Amino acid sequence: MSRTWVTPGGVHPPENKHQSVTLPIGQLPIPEKLVIPLSQHIGAPATPCVEIGQQVLKGQIIAQAVGMVSIPMHAPSSGTISAIEHRPIAHASGMLAPCIEITTDGADTWIEHQGISDYEHISPKKLLEIVGNAGISGMGGAGFPSAVKLNPGRQRPIDTLIVNATECEPYITADDSAIRERAGEIVEGIKILSAILDHPTNIMIGIEDNKPEAIAALAPHVEDSGISVVVFPTKYPSGGEKQLIYILTGKELPAGKLPADEGMVCINIGTTYAIKRAVTDGEPLISRVTTVTGDAVGTPRNYDTLIGTPVRHLLEHNQFDEQAGGRVVMGGPMMGFTLPSADVPIVKTTNCILAPSYAEIPDDEPAQPCIRCGMCAQACPVSLLPQQLFWYAQAEEHERLEAHNLFDCIECGACSYVCPSNIPLVQYYRAAKGDIRQAREEKVKSDHARDRFEFHKERIEQAEREKEAKRAARREATQQAKADHLAATANGSEVSSAAPTAPATPAGAVPSSSAADIIAAAQARAAAKQASPEDQRAKLERTIASAEQRLKMAEEKLTEAINDDSGKQDKLSAAVENTRQKLEQSKSKLAELAE
Amino acid sequence: MIELIAQNPILAALVALVGLSILFGALLGFAAEKFKVVGDPIVEQIDELLPQTQCGQCGFPGCRPYAESIANGDVINKCPPGGQSTINAIANLLDVPAPELDAEHGEESEVKTVAYIREDECIGCTKCIQACPVDAILGAAKLMHTVIADECTGCDLCVEPCPVDCIDMLPVAETITDWKWSIPAKPGQMIATDRRGEVNPAVQNEDAA
Repeated sequence: MSRTWVTPGGVHPPENKHQSVTLPIGQLPIPEKLVIPLSQHIGAPATPCVEIGQQVLKGQIIAQAVGMVSIPMHAPSSGTISAIEHRPIAHASGMLAPCIEITTDGADTWIEHQGISDYEHISPKKLLEIVGNAGISGMGGAGFPSAVKLNPGRQRPIDTLIVNATECEPYITADDSAIRERAGEIVEGIKILSAILDHPTNIMIGIEDNKPEAIAALAPHVEDSGISVVVFPTKYPSGGEKQLIYILTGKELPAGKLPADEGMVCINIGTTYAIKRAVTDGEPLISRVTTVTGDAVGTPRNYDTLIGTPVRHLLEHNQFDEQAGGRVVMGGPMMGFTLPSADVPIVKTTNCILAPSYAEIPDDEPAQPCIRCGMCAQACPVSLLPQQLFWYAQAEEHERLEAHNLFDCIECGACSYVCPSNIPLVQYYRAAKGDIRQAREEKVKSDHARDRFEFHKERIEQAEREKEAKRAARREATQQAKADHLAATANGSEVSSAAPTAPATPAGAVPSSSAADIIAAAQARAAAKQASPEDQRAKLERTIASAEQRLKMAEEKLTEAINDDSGKQDKLSAAVENTRQKLEQSKSKLAELAE
Repeated sequence: MIELIAQNPILAALVALVGLSILFGALLGFAAEKFKVVGDPIVEQIDELLPQTQCGQCGFPGCRPYAESIANGDVINKCPPGGQSTINAIANLLDVPAPELDAEHGEESEVKTVAYIREDECIGCTKCIQACPVDAILGAAKLMHTVIADECTGCDLCVEPCPVDCIDMLPVAETITDWKWSIPAKPGQMIATDRRGEVNPAVQNEDAA
């Protein structure tokens, strides 16, 4: 047996695993309604590709993946799409999220699907595509899309494949029972993974020594396959990715690095089973093994549960005693969270539904002040200083929190478990992490706003400058024109006021500035306009005609006004006078032109 | 050489010292030119801490002018959008005691807001577009305007110029992606009988009596 390493810290809470493994994995009747959240994974939520009222078959795609880091969703059973709307989902906030609801028809009719038996001869790229299209995301906890995790587009080849069968959290036996009953398929899944990753030299299944039956079940299947089953002493938390990698390889993964950066891939054993089903049977991920346990349920056991099954359905078929237990927890007692309601659906990462009685898991004792005993520091599997983090989280000292590596905290709850003062330490860290993330986002936003504001200011200033420049140019031009005019009159040169003459530049005033050029050009243009006397005459005649008409009308109005005595006479008579003057002007111009 | 120094010790010392001072003076002069800091770094640092809403509630036209004013000795509690956390951060930076927010400039609001134009009522006057410090309002004369919600800093400056009052400041709804855990109640604030709505027996007896 290969060597194992021991992680720092850790705790040994009562395991309580035996209750749920007495019975084999059970099947539940198909629930009337299945609710499939569009975001069950890390990454972009899927987009629905079905309509309300549409008939769907089991395994049919109902929502497409969006972008690189995303997975599609499939109908877990046949039926009719009855709603696409926001529903409560399994989230600690109790908020709603977009979901697709399927009203099942009970027939459970599969869509046509086909697996591949000789995956050895299929390119890893094609296998990855199958895994991606089957909607497989990590089933251990975080729910990272598996096809992205396994994508070989990286600098380092993968030399170590670690299959996580640790299942270190109390009560949960989903992986344990899956291995007991499906060891052969799981090992086949690992072989497919090995093919996808171009046959890593080192393939290990990491499993705690509290699952002897599972270890025994794996043994015959891994013989001569190059896969080693590594058994190590039970301790919580050993199942975290970084913890398991350390236990099996002795390598500590640096903060902020992924296993792939060190040539490793760590994958949950439930995921390997899903990959096997997807590749050799062509079945997408539409069900998973979920433990239903706790003293408040009648028969704790594991169920092969359809994704989207309401938690209530599971509990009802298991004689849930609402009086005995007040709450339902999704996940284990250490890292799980109390569900806002039992109507939320099972998702791809739900490994356990825990309905404890009050006696089993009493409500939290009221927190006492920290006495600086340091037990949390001894329990921390990441060698952090939980008590310091607690102080800084209370004081909201974000810089200090980051300096004390808050973001390396895996939120395992070992510190809260050992705390003699019952301080909910993890909740402080989660809150502090949320605050810091929010502050970072706000910083990005405010930097962006600053850039936009500065650009805005710059734009306004530039517009102002341009206006000012135009104004200055105009001022200069008028001044220049005035100067030219003065110079011209002073020289006594004959500047003909008659229109058709060419623009004569006075001999004395040689245009030197560009403004003068502009004036000259303008004069030239004006002269060109007036160049033809014919045109001018026609224009004048038109003006005279219209003026005569206007005059006539104005006079009519004036007489009318005088008759009415409406007090408008003054205005109107002025207007008439005005028009008459204009008419006379035009007439005299015409006469001039005719000469 | 050594003889010469031994014969004129005072002179030699003087020459050595003058030589050294010229050398180091040149070095310092070069360093001052080479590593010259353009602008006032403290203004930059204060500006970094301000929320950049550019709302002008502090009485300055934007965040940077206020940062400059703080650097020149102005009080640090005139920024309602930043609130107490910004005041604390600036106080920390300048190593001064952190005062309370000056209520004269406004109150710190709990929720972030963004401007929303009721588009049916918008007459297309462009007044809000001119008022927006971050160019977050889109539209043209006599055409409907709209706010680019992602760019809006919630500064409020567009609300007042609107002649038909069609701009609302709406709170930004918390979504499931930006929801975060809250800090639990401080230890020692809860007593055992507070659990599950149980009433302290002592209090109950008092009520009965």
